[in-house]
Amino acid sequence: MALKKFVVGCFEDEKVLFPAVAKVRKAGYKIHDVYTPFPVHGLDQAMGLRETSLHTAGFLFGLIGTTTAVTFMTWVFTKDWPVNIGGKPNFALPAWIPITFELTVLCAAVGMVLSFLYICQLAPFVKRHHFHARATDDRFVMVIECGEKTNESELSSFMNSVGAIEVNTQVAEEGWWIGRYDQDQELYKQTNIA
Amino acid sequence: MSQTKYESQLREPLVNGNKTYGQVTNDIVHTIEVKPTRLWYIGFYVSVVLLLFGVYSVYREVTYGIGQWNVNKTIGWGWDITNFVWWVGIGHAGTLISAILLLFRQGWRTGVNRAAEAMTIFAVMCAGQFPIFHMGRVWMAFFTLPYPNTRGPLWPNFNSPLLWDVFAISTYFTVSLLFWYSGLLPDMATIRDRAKTKLRKHLYGIASFGWSGSTKHWQRHESLSLVLAGLSTPLVLSVHTIVSFDFATSVVPGWHTTIFPPYFVAGAIFSGFAMVQTLMLITRKVMNLQDYITLGHIEAMNKVIVLTGSIVGCAYLTELFMAWYSMVPFEQDIFFKYRIAGPYGWSYWLMMTCNVISPQLFWFRKLRRNVTFTFIMSIVVNIGMWFERFVIIVSSLYRDYLPSSWSVYYRPSIWEVGFYLGTFGLFFTCYFLFSKYFPVIAIAEIKHVLKTTGESFKNDMSALEQKGADSFYEEMHHDHHEEGSVKVAHH
Repeated sequence: MALKKFVVGCFEDEKVLFPAVAKVRKAGYKIHDVYTPFPVHGLDQAMGLRETSLHTAGFLFGLIGTTTAVTFMTWVFTKDWPVNIGGKPNFALPAWIPITFELTVLCAAVGMVLSFLYICQLAPFVKRHHFHARATDDRFVMVIECGEKTNESELSSFMNSVGAIEVNTQVAEEGWWIGRYDQDQELYKQTNIA
Repeated sequence: MSQTKYESQLREPLVNGNKTYGQVTNDIVHTIEVKPTRLWYIGFYVSVVLLLFGVYSVYREVTYGIGQWNVNKTIGWGWDITNFVWWVGIGHAGTLISAILLLFRQGWRTGVNRAAEAMTIFAVMCAGQFPIFHMGRVWMAFFTLPYPNTRGPLWPNFNSPLLWDVFAISTYFTVSLLFWYSGLLPDMATIRDRAKTKLRKHLYGIASFGWSGSTKHWQRHESLSLVLAGLSTPLVLSVHTIVSFDFATSVVPGWHTTIFPPYFVAGAIFSGFAMVQTLMLITRKVMNLQDYITLGHIEAMNKVIVLTGSIVGCAYLTELFMAWYSMVPFEQDIFFKYRIAGPYGWSYWLMMTCNVISPQLFWFRKLRRNVTFTFIMSIVVNIGMWFERFVIIVSSLYRDYLPSSWSVYYRPSIWEVGFYLGTFGLFFTCYFLFSKYFPVIAIAEIKHVLKTTGESFKNDMSALEQKGADSFYEEMHHDHHEEGSVKVAHH
């Protein structure tokens, strides 16, 4: 987590955004992220992002639910306290299907949502630097990270040429911190090292 | 036109008016940012009063016991379980709309899914009260949970449908809540980022979990929604199936039938959609959302109502046929002497009229698209569906195997009715608060379909459609080339 310099380009339409992403990548710039107000299908491929494997996590959590339910009910009814219920077998697998199913779904759903929140680092009171207030409204905001050799003015005019309607440079924290959205926070104290 | 995916002219636009993304945000978020109308306050206070009456009724029941209700030895389930099944049924439409229609790629769900999911959560909250307080000693409700206890440990009976219910309802509530809230995160961020007051910015800042709209987050969010939809689809079917097992696994004539699970699920969707209609028609009018919840949406839901209503009708007739065909005298007596005739015959015919006969009017397109008629029908259907559960429970119970305990004319006490009214209070209090503080329409999802199903898009398409097939293809093809090496997904 550190302060970094970013060139921020704002786009009005996803039709302009797609070719712009391709051109920026071709020119060799590193796209930090693209912030959009809704999921733009295909943008992740265009940016070269890897497919998410969140669904695998969901499957594994589901599996945990299934095994927990089956082993627990088996242990309770055959080992811990076998009760004679109308002379029926203690190991009553068909009667356990509903609870096994419900527990599978519950574990998969809860586990997946928690994994989602964890890998995206989302939680109440978490705050991030937002490059443009309208990124959640009607603007598509492409943020490019400046390296040591990046020429900012060149990059800015390049962003304009690929269709950005608004370009600026921001120095910002790239990660998240605990904070309030109604206050501006100074994250780093100015210290003079002699 | 490069983002074009072919959409037939026959399909009407899902968003009326030539909206931009900014207008969509403004239209939906606007109501959150202004003071509510007088009508809202009146509705809200009425709901709170009902809720308080419900709380008092429950207080009486908890303090003095189930004797406060008029349930008796024979009719032990009465209004209470009728209300439980009715509310759970209503709670099925939300997840059906958000999950099953998502998997079926029904674009029209975007206009109504958020409010329908909220309705689901509130309806399940109401439903849960009834079996819990029906226990009598409500402070022992936690005995249903399998936790290591000092009584042995003595575990609950996992073979019992009543315990399956505990797991089904609580899982359904949890998963619906997660599905609903994960969909809300981006919209909460939208409200946060345009908030003018400090308090609103702070509170929606907490509620939005620091959502930024990052592409990677959206990609994971899409994956999450899809898998949750895939999980919720069998879940929503399982919940009412398990509720029907409460009846079907017993040996009571009129309950002991294998048709119950599909019949209950169809009935649940039927009543759930009716409740969605009731709420949506009011919401779109009061909040001026006619452009997003269009007549097309209303018509689509009415089609679901006529379909599920007919399935339910089929089930009613099948039950009668099977009772006759079974040659079991108890079954035949229950159905032909005590259900369609006898002292409770009126409730059966009320149910038949409301659920089977009147929805057939929705075969007429004019009536499907008539707002007033739809509103009246939505209430008629919910009355009918309440009576369905009443008929199933009371008409199977009031004349049991022991004629000496036959009880005719079970009437609910005021506290029994009060409990029911109280859940209406809870439901509408929650719904009013939701409509004031939450976006009633999924903003991000509407924006997502705006460019493919909005009215302006339709107009662009019609220009293309005037051309021949070859030139149409060429134009689309040409557009693709312009985009260079980047492949654009069209769906």
